[in-house]
Amino acid sequence: MATQRISGSEAVILSLLEEGVDTIFGYPGGAIMPIYDALYDYDQQVTHYLTRHEQGAIHAAEGYAKVTGKAGVCFATSGPGATNLVTGLADAMIDSIPVVCITGQVSSPLLGTDAFQESDVVGITMPVTKWNYQVTSADEIPEAIAKAFHIANTGRPGPVLIDIAKDAQFGMFDFEYKKCTKLRSYLPEHPVDPFQVKAAADIINAAKKPLILFGHGVMIAHAEAELKELIGKTGIPAAWTLLGLSALPTDHPLNVGMLGMHGNYGPNIKTNEADVIISVGMRFDDRVTGKVAAYARQAKIVHLEIDPAEINKIIKADAPVLGNAKKSLRMLIDNVNTNSHEEWIKEFRACDKIEYDKVIEKDIYPTQSGLTMGEVVRIASEKTNHDAILVTDVGQQQMIASRYFKFSQPRSNVTSGGLGTMGYALPAAMGAKIGMPDRVVFAMAGDGGFQMTIQELGTIAQYNLDIKIIVLNNNFLGMVRQWQQLFFEKRYSFTEMKNPDFVGIAKAYGLASQKVTSRDQLETAVQEMLDHNGPYVLEVVVEKEDNVFPMVPAGASVSDIILEP
Amino acid sequence: MKQEYIITVFSEDHIGLLSRITIVFTRRKINIDSLTVSESAITGVFKFTIVIRETPDRVEKVVGQLEKIVDVLKVFANTNDEMIFQEIALYKVSTEFLFESDKVEKIVRNSGARILELTREYVVIEKTGHSDETQRLFDELNVFGVTQFIRSGRVAITRSNIERLSVFLKERDAMLEQVD
Ligand SMILES: Cc1ncc(C[n+]2csc(CCOP(=O)(O)OP(=O)(O)O)c2C)c(N)n1
Ligand SMILES: [Mg+2]
Repeated sequence: MATQRISGSEAVILSLLEEGVDTIFGYPGGAIMPIYDALYDYDQQVTHYLTRHEQGAIHAAEGYAKVTGKAGVCFATSGPGATNLVTGLADAMIDSIPVVCITGQVSSPLLGTDAFQESDVVGITMPVTKWNYQVTSADEIPEAIAKAFHIANTGRPGPVLIDIAKDAQFGMFDFEYKKCTKLRSYLPEHPVDPFQVKAAADIINAAKKPLILFGHGVMIAHAEAELKELIGKTGIPAAWTLLGLSALPTDHPLNVGMLGMHGNYGPNIKTNEADVIISVGMRFDDRVTGKVAAYARQAKIVHLEIDPAEINKIIKADAPVLGNAKKSLRMLIDNVNTNSHEEWIKEFRACDKIEYDKVIEKDIYPTQSGLTMGEVVRIASEKTNHDAILVTDVGQQQMIASRYFKFSQPRSNVTSGGLGTMGYALPAAMGAKIGMPDRVVFAMAGDGGFQMTIQELGTIAQYNLDIKIIVLNNNFLGMVRQWQQLFFEKRYSFTEMKNPDFVGIAKAYGLASQKVTSRDQLETAVQEMLDHNGPYVLEVVVEKEDNVFPMVPAGASVSDIILEP
Repeated sequence: MKQEYIITVFSEDHIGLLSRITIVFTRRKINIDSLTVSESAITGVFKFTIVIRETPDRVEKVVGQLEKIVDVLKVFANTNDEMIFQEIALYKVSTEFLFESDKVEKIVRNSGARILELTREYVVIEKTGHSDETQRLFDELNVFGVTQFIRSGRVAITRSNIERLSVFLKERDAMLEQVD
């Protein structure tokens, strides 16, 4: 590519174009004005979405990345703009989401002088980024951006941040772009070792009661087909983690449901009965394992994992397979025997029956007068033929939606798993809709979480983002209230809320909206929302003091999962 | 059981890396007993020598987390007996003690220390050794009164005749070829 003499700001935009970026979420301010000025000339090539808060911008970038598999890009100004990104960075870090953030910074001679809107962004974001870098001279920009994309997208993905001093944005230099494909200090993934695969296959081939646990890593590696093939060939039942949702269709005959604290009864109980556990792209989070000392002690553990630091971190692996899940699964498929485990699978189905009778039926087909979150989720899923994208917030509604929403395609579930960030759903749904404009996108939030980023209704209205927003209103910080009820003698300390008129708020933003308070209105209301061409806010008033079950109480073993209080 | 470990971090030369490295320890509430940074035998590759007291299991996990840092090339953890290591200490004592008797001079000579600078007011003594040795000299001199004392971080090298990193860099090149 021939060089051309341009400003650092223009170089930012051209570098992003070189990386194939066509979507940016952001919020301007003094220290990033030159970059926004350069952006003004490129509105044919990139669409910038002005959110209502920088946290909204980064969650939108995360949602975009989750559904497309491409890095989300986000702009913010120095000082408060950059610090508003921190929650999103921490969220993307713990959930391995590729996000590239560009922040403006005060001019380099002012660094360290407590200049207006100066904050040590590189210092502040160090623990919550996979990599970050401060640019103080225009000619560093192309290389920094190229490195940023390489690092964000490869290996175990994660957020990166480039902080660009204002004088570097103004500086003129000869622009030339070269993609970064290799850094000697960074090995994105280990080549898969055939001996490790063989050792894993031997354990799997000898197993009588094997269980596959799969997570986000399957989708990050685009290994959904390989996972399905392994399951099909070996006949092994498979359970997903919260972030593994949608990597396999919900109705796949060997999908035995969700692991963890509010997961399904079968996979939790059977974790402590399996003789072999094969975990694929998951990291044994404490919400999955419960009490580690009592977790799968009887089982041999096969762990397919891209990040060497995850192997043996929580659960010791008898047969680790280091590397990209797509490649290791492919090699594993070639080494395992065709098999079936009919009797073992029947045991899961027996558990399903118990769970259905004790919990699920009354959640999704309630007979009590008040509405349940479960029936709302069921209807939303049914009315979209189980083929929509689900974006959830955090709390009871997140767990209920994760349990009862059904998926047909991968990359259809967007939620804040590791960090549990309330306020995530609304902005993440914006990114998901922009990334997948042809799919139905639901944002489900509680009355608490919805109000944490409610201002993004402004963004949704401005760009007419056709998101179907369902506010499951129990007038409580429900999940905290549930814990107070179960473990703090019903002392409801600061969890009840006096909520605003959500429909009124939606209408004030110019959005279509309605409120449902009884069962006979529910189906029609969901249908009206789906038939409406454009964004819609549906408030559903649900039972105030419903609880999410089953539950692995904090500190208990997965086999001590309880079905009712 | 906790014991002393020497952690050697080889990295690219980047500003901010020291912070990223120390965060790995502070986040886990691991105290860094000593830290030394210098360029290695390979130009452009920096070496952090970090001493901590920890259990083998925690050390293994810390090494894993350190190696995840993008600009870190390779991390080694060794117990003391696996490495040759030294620290340097400087002591300042008042010159009058040197002339009052030959005791100070004897202590200096017997401990293998040396006098770096001698003025009318003070003597600066230098001693290289393990921390128990430099500490012993401190205790002996402090009978007279040490007015200033400083001990460096640890420097350490392996007992093998090659730089471990060169081997690593060759393997890394081969792996990077293999993954694309
Ligand atoms: C930013 C943030 N603050 C606090 C919490 C702790 N927290 C977890 S769930 C929850 C209650 C959520 O209430 P709501 O959004 O109404 O959802 P519900 O549980 O009622 O469905 C709280 C406060 C959190 N996860 N995130
Ligand atoms: Mg609520």
